[in-house]
Amino acid sequence: MPLLQVSNLHVSYGSIRALHGIDLEVEAGKIVTLIGANGAGKSTTLRAISGMIPSEQGAISFDGHSILGTPPHRLLEQGMAHVPEGRGIFGNLTVEDNLALGAYIRNDRDGIRNDHERVLELFPRLKERLKQSAGTLSGGEQQMLAIARGMMSRPRLLLLDEPSLGLAPQFVQTIFAIIREVNQQGTTILLIEQNAHMALQVAHQAYVLETGAIAMRGPASELAASDEVRKRYLGIA
Amino acid sequence: MGGFATVLLVIGINIVLAVSLTVVNGFTGQFSMGHGGFMAVGGYVAAMIVYYGSLRLWGSANFAGGFLSSASGDGAWLAGGDVLFVVACLAAGLAAAGAGYLVGLPSLRLKGDYLAIVTLGFGEIVRVVLQGTAPQIARSKADVVRETPVWKLATHLGGAQGFNLLPTYATLFWIYFAAVLTLIVVYRLKMSSSGRAFLSIREDEIASQAMGVNVTKYKVRAFVLSSFFAGVAGGLYAMYLGAINATDLGFQRSFEVIIMVVLGGMGSISGATLAAILLSILPEVLRAPPPVWPAGLALLVVMVIIQKVGISFGLTRGPADGIVLNIAISMRSLRRSWKFKPLVIVAGVTMALETARLVCLQQQIDIAQYRMVLYALMLIIMMIVRPEGLFGVREFWDYLPRRRAHSPSGPVAEASA
Ligand SMILES: Nc1ncnc2c1ncn2[C@@H]1O[C@H](COP(=O)(O)OP(=O)(O)OP(=O)(O)O)[C@@H](O)[C@H]1O
Ligand SMILES: [Mg+2]
Repeated sequence: MPLLQVSNLHVSYGSIRALHGIDLEVEAGKIVTLIGANGAGKSTTLRAISGMIPSEQGAISFDGHSILGTPPHRLLEQGMAHVPEGRGIFGNLTVEDNLALGAYIRNDRDGIRNDHERVLELFPRLKERLKQSAGTLSGGEQQMLAIARGMMSRPRLLLLDEPSLGLAPQFVQTIFAIIREVNQQGTTILLIEQNAHMALQVAHQAYVLETGAIAMRGPASELAASDEVRKRYLGIA
Repeated sequence: MGGFATVLLVIGINIVLAVSLTVVNGFTGQFSMGHGGFMAVGGYVAAMIVYYGSLRLWGSANFAGGFLSSASGDGAWLAGGDVLFVVACLAAGLAAAGAGYLVGLPSLRLKGDYLAIVTLGFGEIVRVVLQGTAPQIARSKADVVRETPVWKLATHLGGAQGFNLLPTYATLFWIYFAAVLTLIVVYRLKMSSSGRAFLSIREDEIASQAMGVNVTKYKVRAFVLSSFFAGVAGGLYAMYLGAINATDLGFQRSFEVIIMVVLGGMGSISGATLAAILLSILPEVLRAPPPVWPAGLALLVVMVIIQKVGISFGLTRGPADGIVLNIAISMRSLRRSWKFKPLVIVAGVTMALETARLVCLQQQIDIAQYRMVLYALMLIIMMIVRPEGLFGVREFWDYLPRRRAHSPSGPVAEASA
């Protein structure tokens, strides 16, 4: 049984229909990526899964239980963390406070301290900047903080919305290396990316979203090799 | 009572108001414009309990407090009147908190600035309703008060005349007791993990939700807590003036408190406190403006000294693990050249203020009447010069220079900027 199962998901913003009938599965322990053009509905899919926006129709189950209509803070308690598009860093709070807020729902002090250490090992840059206002971090550092903060709730499933957005190439490499590392430490990841090239490299499974519906699905390596994907998303003729 | 003591009382009440509003407008980033309304709710509840309560219990609404409520009172620290007064203030807080819950719940569920609109309306409704209440039952009619059921007494709140002739219990002791209590509660809240949750809502509501913060619940909590203290402040206000009138607790009052919060820095407790102190003194100063130039001159001298001589101080962990206060002074003249701009600004502002004062004196203009204009000007200047307020979201001690622990044998470190 997959950790996350989405079937026939419909979502609208008022009269605008953003998703019409999405089916998607995420196996435990895997990295699954969702790629697609701007406005295809990728962020919408993640928001609906994590309960930030209501779904009109369809079913979403997490760990075998239906989670349709469950508010985000409950889902977080059940082990699903969402790192939203645009990072959502608390700019006037320190890096340390941001991390502490990531563990907001937990109250096992020792566990939190361990995860704090673990996360700082993954992101040494943050360690040097714990007392700095998060708003003064560089874009790449903010993205690191967003991921680190997402991990502080010790999620089983991490939803990442465009973690490489606006980052310089070497930073993109670092971020993807970390994503792989986090996954190897046991966190399942659902990854949304514009950078289809990198996403298809780290992911096990991939879905291609086109105007609110799944157009293609399969093992990431197979999709990366398909002519259609190469032409449309990898820019290779 | 002397003018100075009165100003101190006003400062104390304003601290309660400003610090409590900081919880809503500062911490959670919502915008409440109804603090005056909550103050009115609390003030009238307290007035009713103390006035009619005294008449029912003792047949007289005379002062019946102990030492804490009147320095001249003899005997016990606390007397029956004080107990009634404290109960009344608690009830005032609870009533205002209840009103806050009813007003806040529907508007805080929604995103956006609905709270501002709803609280603005709420304040006006409270004022109009209170002004429409029946006349107060006279002090001499204790028997009438005894026979009237409580719910009916609650409609005899004095109407447009206000609720008057209350025994005055709110002394410096009680007001500063409440102020310190407010400061402690709000400070502890800010430093707790819930405090971080409040601030995160203000920073980014969606991300805050993603952290698992129940945004609506927290916004309502903040609002209810803030209303509670506004109600207590209303009770203190009524019991210090010996009267309360809803006309004085309208939008203008709410606006004054908002200015304190904005000037102090949205979310800074020490900032709100400082702004409350300054803005409470301001009307007194305006009544008879003292010469400005001595202060300006003194400031100039201090600035020259600071520019030429670096002074820094801080607390560091000393050799024997004790805390050491160290002050380092070093001549900086060799390292820094003059900075003229701040000196010119201070001199210019001093001259402008002094001129304004003389013009007002000569033309017999009473600037105290233009207080709201001054407030508006201050807000505008603040928004241009320092939009985050005096201290931003931080506290003033966060700005004190921090020094590294110095080694026992090492030389005292160079003064830092
Ligand atoms: N709050 C909203 N109100 C109305 N329409 C919205 C809203 N959010 C998204 N949409 C619309 O829904 C569609 C899907 O948006 P979504 O944000 O899911 O795209 P996306 O695939 O994440 O795109 P991108 O790669 O640019 O982030 C778009 O047409 C967008 O305009
Ligand atoms: Mg998107």
